[in-house]
Amino acid sequence: MNAPNKSGWKPQMNNALEVAEASGEIVTTTGNRALMLEEPLIFEFGHAETTGVDLPEIDASAPNRMGGFDRAEPIGLVGLTEPETVRHYTRLSRQNYGIDLGFFPLGSCTMKHNPRLNEKMARLPGFADIHPLAPQNSVQGALEVIYQLADWLKTLTGMPSVAMSPKAGAHGELCGILAIRAAHTAAGNPREVVLVPESAHGTNPATAAFAGYKVEDIPATAEGRVDVEALKARLGPDVAAVMITNPNTCGLFEKDFRTIADAVHEVGGYVYCDGANFNAIVGRVRPGDLGVDAMHINLHKTFSTPHGGGGPGSGPVVFSDALAPFAPLPFVRQYEDGAYEIVEEEAREVTRGQTFGRMTAFHGQMGMFTRALTYMLSHGADGLKQVAEDAVLNANYILRSLEDILHAPFADSGPCMHEALFGDKDFGGGLSTLDLAKGLIDEGYHPMTVYFPLVVHGAMLVEPTETESKASIDQFITAFRHVTERALAGDEALKQAPYFAPRRRLDETAAARKPKLAWEDPEA
Amino acid sequence: MRYLPLTDTDREDMLERIGASSIDDLFVDVPEVARLDGPIRDLPMHAGEMAVERHMKGLAAKNLAAENTPFFLGAGAYRHHIPASVDTVISRGEFLTAYTPYQPEIAQGTLQMLFEFQTQVARLYGCAVANASLYDGSTACWEAVAMATRVTKRKRAVLSGALHPHYAQVVKTMAQFTGDEIADSAPAIQPEADLAGLTARIDDETACVVVQYPDILGRPSDLTQIAEAAHEKGALLVVVNTEPVALGAMKSPGEMGADIVVGEGQALGVGLQFGGPYLGLFAVRNPKHVRQMPGRLCGETVDAEGKRGFVLTLSTREQHIRREKATSNICTNSGLCALAFTTHMTLLGEKGLRQLAAENHRLACVAADRLEKVPGVSLLNTSFFNEFTLMLDGKPAREIVRDLADRGVLGGVSLGRLYPGVEALDHALLVAITETTTEEDIETLASELEAILSLEPAQ
Repeated sequence: MNAPNKSGWKPQMNNALEVAEASGEIVTTTGNRALMLEEPLIFEFGHAETTGVDLPEIDASAPNRMGGFDRAEPIGLVGLTEPETVRHYTRLSRQNYGIDLGFFPLGSCTMKHNPRLNEKMARLPGFADIHPLAPQNSVQGALEVIYQLADWLKTLTGMPSVAMSPKAGAHGELCGILAIRAAHTAAGNPREVVLVPESAHGTNPATAAFAGYKVEDIPATAEGRVDVEALKARLGPDVAAVMITNPNTCGLFEKDFRTIADAVHEVGGYVYCDGANFNAIVGRVRPGDLGVDAMHINLHKTFSTPHGGGGPGSGPVVFSDALAPFAPLPFVRQYEDGAYEIVEEEAREVTRGQTFGRMTAFHGQMGMFTRALTYMLSHGADGLKQVAEDAVLNANYILRSLEDILHAPFADSGPCMHEALFGDKDFGGGLSTLDLAKGLIDEGYHPMTVYFPLVVHGAMLVEPTETESKASIDQFITAFRHVTERALAGDEALKQAPYFAPRRRLDETAAARKPKLAWEDPEA
Repeated sequence: MRYLPLTDTDREDMLERIGASSIDDLFVDVPEVARLDGPIRDLPMHAGEMAVERHMKGLAAKNLAAENTPFFLGAGAYRHHIPASVDTVISRGEFLTAYTPYQPEIAQGTLQMLFEFQTQVARLYGCAVANASLYDGSTACWEAVAMATRVTKRKRAVLSGALHPHYAQVVKTMAQFTGDEIADSAPAIQPEADLAGLTARIDDETACVVVQYPDILGRPSDLTQIAEAAHEKGALLVVVNTEPVALGAMKSPGEMGADIVVGEGQALGVGLQFGGPYLGLFAVRNPKHVRQMPGRLCGETVDAEGKRGFVLTLSTREQHIRREKATSNICTNSGLCALAFTTHMTLLGEKGLRQLAAENHRLACVAADRLEKVPGVSLLNTSFFNEFTLMLDGKPAREIVRDLADRGVLGGVSLGRLYPGVEALDHALLVAITETTTEEDIETLASELEAILSLEPAQ
């Protein structure tokens, strides 16, 4: 087959064709397998002179007022026409697994259905085509969206204040911890230590460390919850805050949360709650009733805004009265006449006092706000309660349908919340959690979260969400049991899985040893 | 409810399998004090698509969309035409509803797209390596300062006065907590940036100098000079770009000696969206700095059969592995916005981007010439790409912008809004022109501005 371009790219790289042929497989000349189509990089078949837009030719005699900084060298980009572009990305998309395609039980990530009404609303020109610095009298509806969403978030969490601008969950965590540090600093001493459970998301210790705190682990009990006595023993005037995920990453509700919060408050510390798992309790439990001082809410988890292959997210943070004055700018307020204003400036009579500053340009993830508000209005207070209940019901159903065959370390610790946690105990033949996960790929599933939380050996965290039907979950359980049986029996073939994905296992060690992070022309 | 597939019979069957008598049994670990007796009060109940749509459309209708009016706003967010196929691509469920590519065998679509994206950004910026995106330009700017302090092991950052004030505020906010020292100043209102003043502030303790190109007033400046001054003192040059289209016509920061180039990618493919989600771009000129970079990186490798494939790599820098020792706490990037950017960039290609840039500059020259002729208006810049600063006589530009909006013209960004309290900037108006601006729009702005300025005597 002729190479499609000067780089000599062929659909199958290296000697894959020869290897396949030698092993007696049926080999196609293109490397394609019917609907599974190989696709080169744009740099391997695009051209510098090709373009998919029709713009005026450049007039070399036109005035030039760029101050002599004209680009002299080519940029090194290639273009495709529109049909080539659409086909390129359509082919790439088919090498991806998404919620639209199937069950995606990625624990702690809440991969629920993303309603298309949200998408439609976010694309209304009145939301999509407005500038963040447009005069405020021309964007009252946008400010009202922010105000209404803020109101929903405060009511659902039972918290008096919310900062809307954080761009994602980790950015929200940072917002919360910075407010805590600002509050301590205003009281005369920022303190030194933040306590974080071993089972926490990696972002928790990274965030606390960024804010200048020493991070200390809180041990867990055998039942998978924070060891309250150990925590109380560690509390003192040097502790700025505790960061606790509730429901926690072992899938359990921290039943002593209120006791912990009271003890932390007693020594003058603050309680940060990682709200990543809010989906388990939304509409049913208000974190404000548990003594939380700050909590971020991942709109891309609980409130169904799409994950987009790794963002954009949105991470508003609700605050208690104690921390509210330290929240970042900007925020939206409403005047008595009904008009809205976005308050961007520190030095004004309306500023809440001791804000720690600005975390991002402009006002936050507006495109996510419109989607989340659309979702909330669709569900309402009753629907959101049902969301939490169905999410928790589905997870318990999975837990109880697999615990006879798969090690479930906290199965006796009470009901799980919206995710079920398993470990790799008793796998045969040196097989691991990774092998089981890859086996699930061949069964047509996106695997659960693996090797997290760190407190369980070979952890598998399964979060079904509420948007799966019983039939879908039953089929998953059947597949999961089958692959688990193979793992327990030490089925060697699992070590090579997946067999049917667009790619077999990828060599991550080689990728890291000699990183190749951009395309280079082999002829250059 | 249309998003919830379980039926009541399913729920009963499932509770039975679990061994629970009611759903409340599954919430027994919630303390009494936090149990509610029904749906949360003070919120509406569920609603159908039509009712929700009506509510949201009502809110959207209260905003003046840029497409419906002569529009001249920029200052870090630009309105360009987005080809129709961009939305088709980003709406595909396999991209839209995917997660961060932790299972590379079934995420090659996202990964290959990111590899292509990284290559495009690196080339546009004149750099060796770009990451898979950050939240937005302002947070990327802070991450660049943080990285410079790691590389140089120094704690002082010098910010140009003509850096976008929101970016400067983000850097200062973060630095309060890391103990880094940030030296900044307000921009001086003059035709050219004050390079001598900036380079004079670089000393042996300086980790980096941060310069915007073109700057907040629309002025390009000679980065080579600043790079030399920075490197002489062992400091890095961080260059911020908020309008990637400019780099289709202008020298890249990398070729002028920038060490870290960051920016806002919104202008290509993403759309205005009232400020977010946007797209943080981050690249380094020296490949040796890769291991100090923040955020996700996509790299090429092979699979077990020898086929080329892509993975997230060098993750030992990241929070999920390194926890409190990570280079950044960032988890999510801006994947779907990166897809929109890279799709738009692929449609443009070298030729289209150059044409787009030329058309932006051509129209900006037309606008500058026309607006300068309005009595009471003068052009500050001697040079610009597609955005420039006008000095207005009479009342503060902030009020003039509101008056223009009342007349259905979104006439620009008043610097008074960006720099409250800096009196020298009260009469400055930042005007951005793109290929979406028509000559008729320019004429409308000129005549409305003239009408407003003539209503009151010049000061």
